[in-house]
Amino acid sequence: MNVINEMHIRFQSKSTNESFARSVISAFVLELDPTISELADIKTAVSEAVTNSIVHGYCRESGMIYIDAKITDARKVIIKIRDKGIGIKDISRAMQPLFTTAAEEERAGLGFAVMQSFMDDVKVRSKPGQGTTVTLTKQIVPLR
Amino acid sequence: MLNTDYKDDILTVFLSGEIDHNRAVGIRSAIDSQINALRPRRLELDFSDVSFMDSSGIGLIMGRYRAVGLIGGDLRIINVPDNLNRIIELSGVTTLGVLR
Repeated sequence: MNVINEMHIRFQSKSTNESFARSVISAFVLELDPTISELADIKTAVSEAVTNSIVHGYCRESGMIYIDAKITDARKVIIKIRDKGIGIKDISRAMQPLFTTAAEEERAGLGFAVMQSFMDDVKVRSKPGQGTTVTLTKQIVPLR
Repeated sequence: MLNTDYKDDILTVFLSGEIDHNRAVGIRSAIDSQINALRPRRLELDFSDVSFMDSSGIGLIMGRYRAVGLIGGDLRIINVPDNLNRIIELSGVTTLGVLR
């Protein structure tokens, strides 16, 4: 499996950058000619991960969010979204549907459930005080 | 700015564009101030022109379900485009019986 393209961006943890991150990742995966639904899945999952970094990782304070994305010759998209925020104490609890630490902000607690449902694989690495890295993988179906 | 219509005690809100965490905050407070001012018996959220929504949109729906319920009204979600079906189904909003 060879990497045929990759990109790295970093941006401030401002909520206006949620749509920026979605646009960048859409543009990046376009070379694989994904279906509309594959593209929507990727955009949604990235939006969830970036929002988590802003709302939970940095608790709305200023910080940087890093996205590293790769495309392989097997038409796989691998997207790593990283922050240097507060981290997650209990990852399996955080990934439970409906669990949220920001109910007053009307967070539905569905971020990880959406990522898991819309992507083929979701990996989370986190340490309290050291930030969180979410790796999203999706296989784009072969061209017809 | 929110595009709304109020007739026969029904407040209809026409949502549009991309609903993410950034936009949901403003939409939420705009709808809630209308709910408090008009106290409608029904709130209709029209999703016809929504091109993208993540789980922030689900939070928005659940929150308005509660907000309108508090004043004795009910919620209807109408004209959901096909591209939003997946997240709506995943969220369990369908079990509230608000989809039309």
